[in-house]
Amino acid sequence: MNGIAYHAERPFAAPHAHGGGKIGRAMLFVQLALVPATLFGFWLYGWPAFFLWAITLLSVLVFEFLSLRLMGKKQAERTLFDGSALLTGWLLAMTLPPWSPWWIGMLGAFIAIVIGKQVFGGLGQNVFNPAMVARVALLISFPLQLTTWVMPMPLASTLIPGVVDGLHITLGQTPLPDAMTSASLLGYAKTELSRGVDLAQALAAAHAPQISWLGVRAGSLGESSALLLLLGGLFLLATRVIRWQAPVGVLAGVLLPALLAHALAPEKYLGVESHLLSGAVMLGAFFIATDYVTSPTTGMGQLVFGLGVGLMTWVIRTLGGYPEGVAFAILFMNALTPLIDRYIRPRILGRTRSGKPVSPLSGADRAKKGA
Amino acid sequence: MGLMEKFFGLSWGIHPEDHKRPAADAVTRVMPTPERLYISLAQHLGAPALPTVLVGQKVKKGDRLANPQGPVSAALHAPASGLVVAIGEIPAPHPSGLPVLAVTLESDGLDAWADDLEGCDAPFDLEPDEISRRVAAAGVVGMGGATFPSALKLSSSRKAGIRTLIMNGGECEPYLSCDDRLMRDKADVIVDGIRLMLHATGAQAALVGIEDNKPEAIAAMRLAAAPYGEVSVRPLPARYPMGSEKQLILVLTGQETPAGRLPADVGVAVHNVGTAKAVSDAIRLGRPLVSRLLTINGGAVGRPGNLLAPVGALVEDVIAFAGGLKEPPARLIMGGPMMGLSLPHARVPVIKGTSGILAFSAAETNDRAQEACIRCASCVRACPIGLLPLEMARHVEAGDLKGAVRIGLKDCIACGCCAYVCPAHIPLVQYFSHAKGALAAEDRAKLRAEAVKKLAQARSTRLAQEAREKAELAARRKAERAAAAKAARETAGTVEQSGTEPAAGSAST
Repeated sequence: MNGIAYHAERPFAAPHAHGGGKIGRAMLFVQLALVPATLFGFWLYGWPAFFLWAITLLSVLVFEFLSLRLMGKKQAERTLFDGSALLTGWLLAMTLPPWSPWWIGMLGAFIAIVIGKQVFGGLGQNVFNPAMVARVALLISFPLQLTTWVMPMPLASTLIPGVVDGLHITLGQTPLPDAMTSASLLGYAKTELSRGVDLAQALAAAHAPQISWLGVRAGSLGESSALLLLLGGLFLLATRVIRWQAPVGVLAGVLLPALLAHALAPEKYLGVESHLLSGAVMLGAFFIATDYVTSPTTGMGQLVFGLGVGLMTWVIRTLGGYPEGVAFAILFMNALTPLIDRYIRPRILGRTRSGKPVSPLSGADRAKKGA
Repeated sequence: MGLMEKFFGLSWGIHPEDHKRPAADAVTRVMPTPERLYISLAQHLGAPALPTVLVGQKVKKGDRLANPQGPVSAALHAPASGLVVAIGEIPAPHPSGLPVLAVTLESDGLDAWADDLEGCDAPFDLEPDEISRRVAAAGVVGMGGATFPSALKLSSSRKAGIRTLIMNGGECEPYLSCDDRLMRDKADVIVDGIRLMLHATGAQAALVGIEDNKPEAIAAMRLAAAPYGEVSVRPLPARYPMGSEKQLILVLTGQETPAGRLPADVGVAVHNVGTAKAVSDAIRLGRPLVSRLLTINGGAVGRPGNLLAPVGALVEDVIAFAGGLKEPPARLIMGGPMMGLSLPHARVPVIKGTSGILAFSAAETNDRAQEACIRCASCVRACPIGLLPLEMARHVEAGDLKGAVRIGLKDCIACGCCAYVCPAHIPLVQYFSHAKGALAAEDRAKLRAEAVKKLAQARSTRLAQEAREKAELAARRKAERAAAAKAARETAGTVEQSGTEPAAGSAST
C-alpha cells in the first residue's frame, strides 16, 4: 500500500476554488481608463499639469504609507500598492485646475487620504469618496486657486512653458498672467446671469467660453475632454469593472431637468450639451459615482444613487451659489448610500419583498400548469 | 421568472471553469476491492446505523452490516465478502478528522455476493410501498452528496401527492464528472430507475435536467428515454449552482420553492441520476448500495478519471489505484471544489455520498491572504438566492447573529458563489457556516435551558406537593391525637366518675 504523505495543517473552508479576481485588477483598469484623458490634458495644459499630477500622486502614496504605519498595520507595503490610494490621488489630480501650485496637490492628498479615508478605518470603510472630500475642502478653503483656469495651449503654441518654466509655475514662483486664464462655461454663465444678462446674449458674446467634445477649452484634466473620459468609461463597462446603472443614472439625472428647463426658459437655463460636457459630469458619472466603497451595492440602488447625483448636480449648478456641483452632489449621495442600501434590496428567492415565504402556487403558476 | 431575466438571461450564480475534461472522457475503471474496508456507520443524513454483525463474523458481499436507527437513517451492507475484524472508531471523512464509528471489514478477495439477494423481474407489478421498502432495505441514499435516505423521500413524496419527479443530472460542480459518466455508460439503467421511482411516488412525469456542457450524456439519456413518454430530458444552461434544488426546480418548472418549505410543497421531488441507478439495481437485482462511481481529479492527480469504488475504501487506496499523485497536493477534497469538504489526510474512507476525490495543486486553490472588503458587490450579483453576502458577513463579524438572520442567513445554501468571486478573498461561506453553527448551538442551549427549567419546576411542584401532603398528614395526625386525647379524657372522666384508673395512662394508647 503506498500511502500518501499528506496532512492538512488546518481544516479548509469551501469553496476550494477561486475565480481569481483581485482588488488590484479593478484599480488598475480604472487607472488605465484614465490614461487617455490624462495624456490629452498634459498636451493641452503643458508641463505644470504634469507636475501637479505627479506631486499629487506621490503625496498620496506618502500619506497612505505614513497612515498605515501609524496605525501599526503590518504589510503596509502590500496595501500601499493595491492601487486604491494611487487611484484616489489620480482622480483628485484630475479635478484640480492644472496650473495649481504644488501645495494644493499635496494638501489635497493629505485631506483625501488621511481625513477622507484612513480616519474612517482605511480601505472600504470610508463613507465619502476621498477625492471628492479633498476637492470640496480645497474649493471651500482656497476658492481663488481652485477657480483659476488656464487657457488651453496645445504644445504647438508658442505660449506653452518649457520644463523649467512649468516647474516654476507649479512651485508658485510665477504668477499667472491674466491673459492666460479663463472662466469655465458654467462660471461664466453664472456670473452673467447674476449680472442680469440673459444667456442668449451672454453666450453669443465673442469672449464666451465654448464647449467642445474634444475638450480644447479651459478646465481641469478631468473635465476638458468629455470624449476621452467617455471612452475610458466605456472601456470600464466593457471589462465589467463598473456597471451601467450609476453612469446612466448620473447622465439621465442631469439630462432630464436640463432638457426640461432649457425648453421652458432658454434664456435662464443652460442647454443639455453645455451641462453634459461641462464640469466633471463625465468623470463623475463613470469614475466617481461608480466608486465601490461609497455607492450602493445593488443595481437598482446604484441607479437611484446615480439619478440623485445627476439631479443634485443640476440643482446646485442652476440654483446654488457655486457654478459646479458634481463634487457636492456626490458627497450628498454618499451620505444617503447606507439609506439606499437599507431600503433597496434584492428579493430573496422563495420570499416576497416583505420577507414572507412565497405562497406555494401563485395564480400565474397555476395557470401555467394548466396550459 | 421575472421580466429582467427573460431579457438578460439568468443573472444568478457564476460560471467557473469546469475542468471536467479530460477526466469525463476517460473510460470508467473498476477499482478492485482493497484488503480492508472501513464502513462508517454515519454516512447518511440522520441517525447513525446500528451494527448487526459481531467482530469475527464472516459476511458475503451485500450482507446487512447495520440497521437503520430511527425514522431518518439507512441500512449498511458489506461492500465485499470477508471477515468483520473490528467495530470501532476511525477518522471521519470530514475536515475535523474526528472519530466516527465504523465496521472494519477484511476482504477475502473473492467478492462473492450473498445468495439471498431478492431481485425482481416484474417490478412494475410490485406495490409502490413495496418499492420503497426494498429501496430502504438496500440502504439507498441520495447520491448527489446530501445522502438523504431515498426510501423516505419516495414514500413521503407519495403521501404528498407530487406530480413531477425532477432528476438532477446537472452536475454543476466543477471537476466532477461521475454523473456525466454514469449517464453516458448506464443511461438505460438510470431511465429504468426513474420509471421505478415514478411508480413508487405516483408522479406522472420525470424531467431530467442536464447541463448543456454534457452533450454526450444528453444524447445517451435521450436515446434511453425515447420509448417512455413520461421521461423527458431537458438540457440546462451550464451555470453554478444549477444543481441546487431551488434553482433546478425554478428553471425546470418555473416554480419558486417557498422559503423554509420542501420541494413537495410545489408538487415535485428532486433526486440525483445516480440515485435512480441505485434504485434500479436494488429492485431488479436486489443489490444493495455498496459501491459508487466517483471522479478522481485535480492538478496533483496522475490519471484523472472516473472509477467504480467500493464504499469504505480508503482515499489513499483509491488514489493509488487511480495512478497516484504527480506532486504533493496542496489540498485534498471529498466532493466538488465549491461545496466539498477538505480532508485531514488520505486515511479516511469513501462513503455513499462521495462524488469525487480531488487533489489540488497550490495554483488551483489560489490561496491568498484576506483583504478588506471594498463593497464591490460581486458577491451580491453572484448570490443565486438574492442575499447580500457582504452585509451578512459584517453582521456576523460584529457578533450580530440576529441581524444576519434578519437579512437572510437562514436562506443561504452555502453554495460558495460569493467567496468564489470575492476579489478580497474573504471566506464568506466560513462566516456563514460559523454563524449557523453558533445559532444551532444557541438553539440547543435554549432547549436544554428550557428542559432544565421544566425539570426544576416539576421538582418544586413535587416538593411543594410533598410538603403539603406532609402538612396535611401531620394535621390529620394531630387531629386524630386530639380526638383520641379527648376521647381518653372523656373516658377518664367516666372512670373518675366511676372511680377507677387515672387518665394519664390513656395517653400512651
